[in-house]
Amino acid sequence: MLDLLSSLLGFFATTAEFNRPPIDWHAVAPELCLLGGGAIVTLVDVIWREKGRAITSALAGLFLLAPLIPILTLAIDSEDRSMFNGAYVIDKYSLIVKAIFLLSGYVVILLSTNYIAEGEYWENEYYGMVLSSILGMIIMASARDLITIFVALELLSIPAYMLATWRKKDLKSNEAGLKYYLMGVFASAIMLYGMSLIFGASGSTLLQEINASISTEETSTSVITLGIIFVTIGFGFKVSAFPFHTWAPDTYEGAPTPVTAFLAVASKAAGFVALMNIVIVGFFGRADIFQPLIWILAALSMTAGNVMALRQTNIVRLMAYSGIAQAGFMLAPLAVAGESLEIADKSVSAVVTYLAIYAAMNLGAFAIILSVSRTTKTAEIDSYHGLFKTSPSLAVIMTIFLASLAGIPPLGGWFAKFSVFTSLTSADTNWGYGLAVIAAINAVIAFGYYGRIAMKMWVEEPHETHSTQMKVPVSLTTALVITVSMTLAFGVVPGIVTHFTDVSLIALGG
Amino acid sequence: MDFENNWLLSLMIFLPLAGAAAVMAIPKAKEEVIKAIALLTSLITALLGAFMLISFDYGKSADLQFAVDKDWIGVINSRYILGIDGMSLPLIALTVFIVPLCIVYTFGHFPEPKNPKAILSLILILETGMIGTFVAQDLILFFVFFEVVLLPMFFMIAVWGGDDRRYASLKFFLYTMFGSALMLVSFLALYFLADGTIVGDEAQTFSMVALSEGATLGISRTAQLWIFAGMFVGFGVKVPMFPFHTWLPDAHTQAPTVGSVILAAVLLKLGTYGFIRIAIPMLPEAAAAWAPFIGLLAVIGIIYGALGCLAQRDMKRLIAFSSVAHMGFVMLGIATLTDFGINAAIFGMVAHGLITGMLFFLAGSMKDRYHTLDMGRLGGLLVSAPRMGWILGFCAMASLGLPGLAGFWGEFPAILASYNPAAILSETTFRAYMVVAALGTVLAAGYLLWMLQKTAMGTPKEEFKDNPEISDVKSYEWISWAPILALILFFGLYPRPIFTTTDDAVVKSLTVNVQGQEVDNCLEFEGEEQGKLCFANIRDLLEGAGQ
Repeated sequence: MLDLLSSLLGFFATTAEFNRPPIDWHAVAPELCLLGGGAIVTLVDVIWREKGRAITSALAGLFLLAPLIPILTLAIDSEDRSMFNGAYVIDKYSLIVKAIFLLSGYVVILLSTNYIAEGEYWENEYYGMVLSSILGMIIMASARDLITIFVALELLSIPAYMLATWRKKDLKSNEAGLKYYLMGVFASAIMLYGMSLIFGASGSTLLQEINASISTEETSTSVITLGIIFVTIGFGFKVSAFPFHTWAPDTYEGAPTPVTAFLAVASKAAGFVALMNIVIVGFFGRADIFQPLIWILAALSMTAGNVMALRQTNIVRLMAYSGIAQAGFMLAPLAVAGESLEIADKSVSAVVTYLAIYAAMNLGAFAIILSVSRTTKTAEIDSYHGLFKTSPSLAVIMTIFLASLAGIPPLGGWFAKFSVFTSLTSADTNWGYGLAVIAAINAVIAFGYYGRIAMKMWVEEPHETHSTQMKVPVSLTTALVITVSMTLAFGVVPGIVTHFTDVSLIALGG
Repeated sequence: MDFENNWLLSLMIFLPLAGAAAVMAIPKAKEEVIKAIALLTSLITALLGAFMLISFDYGKSADLQFAVDKDWIGVINSRYILGIDGMSLPLIALTVFIVPLCIVYTFGHFPEPKNPKAILSLILILETGMIGTFVAQDLILFFVFFEVVLLPMFFMIAVWGGDDRRYASLKFFLYTMFGSALMLVSFLALYFLADGTIVGDEAQTFSMVALSEGATLGISRTAQLWIFAGMFVGFGVKVPMFPFHTWLPDAHTQAPTVGSVILAAVLLKLGTYGFIRIAIPMLPEAAAAWAPFIGLLAVIGIIYGALGCLAQRDMKRLIAFSSVAHMGFVMLGIATLTDFGINAAIFGMVAHGLITGMLFFLAGSMKDRYHTLDMGRLGGLLVSAPRMGWILGFCAMASLGLPGLAGFWGEFPAILASYNPAAILSETTFRAYMVVAALGTVLAAGYLLWMLQKTAMGTPKEEFKDNPEISDVKSYEWISWAPILALILFFGLYPRPIFTTTDDAVVKSLTVNVQGQEVDNCLEFEGEEQGKLCFANIRDLLEGAGQ
């Protein structure tokens, strides 16, 4: 009893002497900006009530763009910064990923503006939630420590669960949120268990140290294997890789469409960023374990996602399954990442390139889906019949996005797929070539469903119920202009993307 | 600033695209302005093409001319390299020649559902893709242009096509995309395995010049065979070679007339051009190993296409199958790996483009008049529309290879070349192919004369008698057809211009060389074993030089 008391006393004594580790305020400025922004957005409603509500959307958009300023200054500074013994790292990789999160967040706000204002939803809290979820993402970009990663993951997930149920009077939305929540928590639990195994085997939560200790012969292979498998599976849920994808179609269908876009792009990207951080920095030395695992996940996701997408009649569900297939493409480079440091860099660059291009084209496709369903009040693919006759510009833009998603040059998507092929073949292993061939075949299958939508828009006769030109509100038009110009620019001059995504994850670990 | 050397090719590629953008920007109601701009753009492009033909230095047709080399995608050393030599010149000329004629033709025959704005901008985008493919000298740039062609053609078939257009357009797209996806993997393998330092480029390069002048010769034989296989599927689907040809009859039959014409005249050539520009010069060893197999598929295509023709009732479908047979001759010429055969193949491409393009124009015009192409119901075209009947007869003769018309110079030398293939190939095999191919020409005469008999001869059937719709050739049809007919006759009588243009470039493409070093031309070694040894020697030599 006395022992306990003394140890408790000792504990308090040490806390009293707690010294705050040095914080590089410039490095965390983007996070602080966003945190402050989120707080202000919430306060605006409290203070000005109705009056404040009118400007929250614009304000939220502004606060998402504001952190880009410190990101820009950090990028110009171009010095790798590391805090908390290497648990939090700011380098080129994390900066570009943060920029992707913030910009896709901004487009999501544009997509939400009319949808949220016109429905009977809480407006203010919605934007607060989106901002805090994105805060979680940009923290994730810098996290190089199991605990930081977990905290970031929960910070980005919990608001997303609530956003999915935002249409609270709609049973489907409730189902969507509940499914997403239960699956997400389940995945977190598995991941946490895996993390604890890895911590047990390596004795550290820092990814850098984990890598150093699990790469040696001494650590128990079975424990490490189990740990790596559990952690990877946990993120497999997050990025909706097959066979952990089951929540995605229902959640996508039931959630409010802007939230679906958010989940499909930003949230999925965050999952990939976390996976890259852990796998490349933490498990790099155990390529023998993670490579086959990711190889299988990638091959299965591409193939199963595509095959199931072929049968969909609802466009949002189709996007969910196509998203699973796209996730397979994004996983693919990681399946060869362990070959060498150079190839690891190539793989990371390929995934980041893919994420940037995917964000542009997928958000664009959702902007069209929102524009069309505003008029038709349905997400059935049949409602796209004859869009080319009624609203030719919407049809042409949607065709651009679909073709880009299918990977047809000269639209952005081709370069995303090309980067994946490049990193797979650069490994020069049979496994790499094999996956490249599987990916090539899947790229063809994918056109089966993207092309079908395009065909419906161009070939079929429009329905009589909505045979007039559809009106598109200003915020959606802005989103379309941003995404379509990016999709085109990325495809024609891929140098724009590669200039930023030519990054390296290992070097910075430091 | 030297205009020709810096801007000519880029302008030719992107002018049609700018025209397409302009057409899209103009409101639908101003149909006349739309038509005028589309026609003007294609005419200016054709004029630039004429300028290119004039200022091209025919004495140095083996070298790249009007070359441009600019940065494009830095991280993978893929550059914006353009340039043309004697092999690409005739094909570019064909492209810029045929597109304005197609546009003129559409003015009289906008296929249902009209929408001139959309179809004209698609044709112009197609032109950008086609010219770009023939001009690109970087594998990735080539790939991008190769794919740019797909979507416009897909929509052209899907929107303006016949009753079965949905199926046909998707089939066309999936087949070609499947091929090009594997082709891209092959390009990447080439990029990583080849060593550009041999020819003074960066180690990893997509530059076609570097890759065809020795950078690839250090790659192991097995890897070369696999890479060639990927390219073979990519280009073979496009040609199309048996057994990848099944998309072609459907696509051709369902496509609107201009779509069929462009498809036959230019798009199919992208595949054969890929073989002679990329697959063979870059991987001569694998090409020699694959050649007997390619030759076999080519002659199967010749016979299969001919038999397919004989089984058709639909005139357009018959012409489509005859394309399979004709492209078989082209591929046979290529498979011989001799300069004679490949020169014949290039001539065959141009001739097939003109003749089959013209046949599709005729089929389209007949469909407009009769509203059917069922050969059981047609007949007596020479009576109801004599001029058109004679044109059809002329084209059928040209297509079956009558001496004095363009078709002859594509087929006959190709057959002749297979009598005497490259030394490294088996003579007996190719002589057997020659016999089969010769048989194919007889069948070709059979099905074309049969078609002519069914459609042009005899008296018009009861249902079409005195039908006022069945008029003779109209003025816009004359405008778009006369130049093609004249060229068919001209090249038939005087084939020299094309042969002399292509010859040097073809010889160069078949020379196994390593820049700056004297090596043996392994394709000229007697027998496969000797050839293998020769290539192995080059590999050793390069390895020795690298250390």
